Amino acid sequence: MIDLADEEKSQRSALLVLGCPQVPVQTSIALYLIHRLKQAGITPVVAGNRSAITLLVVADPKRQYLGEALDLDRVIDQITEKKRDFDLCFVFIHNDAGVSYAATMGAISKARLYTIIYGEHYDQIVASIEFPCQNIAAKAVHNPMPLKKMLDEVAPWAV
Amino acid sequence: MGCIESLPYEVILRGGSFKECRDYIRKHFRETLEVQPGFKIFDTHIIGVPPISVALDGDFVIFPFTKPCHGTFLLRVEDKAEADRLRKRK
Repeated sequence: MIDLADEEKSQRSALLVLGCPQVPVQTSIALYLIHRLKQAGITPVVAGNRSAITLLVVADPKRQYLGEALDLDRVIDQITEKKRDFDLCFVFIHNDAGVSYAATMGAISKARLYTIIYGEHYDQIVASIEFPCQNIAAKAVHNPMPLKKMLDEVAPWAV
Repeated sequence: MGCIESLPYEVILRGGSFKECRDYIRKHFRETLEVQPGFKIFDTHIIGVPPISVALDGDFVIFPFTKPCHGTFLLRVEDKAEADRLRKRK
């Protein structure tokens, strides 16, 4: 017997918008989030620049976690042109450009928006966000554990 | 920079924040318009925190351009057709 609620949930998708990969925790937290989303039956799609995507591809050579991975500009084109959208959107932020991308996703997509904020100046970034979203933030640069803890507390995959 | 990269652009501000670019446009240009994120300029969807300020100065279009690793640039490109298109939108 098919549980319709479960079936509906399994069709959900999430977009992970990666930022500049210069802060080490991004790749680790992205793979962890992909894992949790897949466990919850949510299809993760990753978007980023070539370096950010390549870091994931090399870390996950058999693609056990990583599924569809797209160029960031391309996915923004698709959403803006109403060719595609997602149920959840996670934007990784450690600089001002990340805030601009998150605001853009909030404006063009119908997805429930989460920001994942990290880096030395994470608190200043949180203070600069004035658009509707849920912030998941921690001072994390090399050690992903503070950010993982915040992510586990929010558990966006369970919503 | 995609399509933008192939344009003969001049960088007015480099490595600034998005807000600094918006403030610069409002302070230094008389003819401005506001667009929403995803609006196309030179066939590229503009990234930013709304409202995004864009300026017109004769045939020049001045607009912010954001890349994940490089922050926001304020670019100036001479293109009469694009300036006219944006001017009609006001």
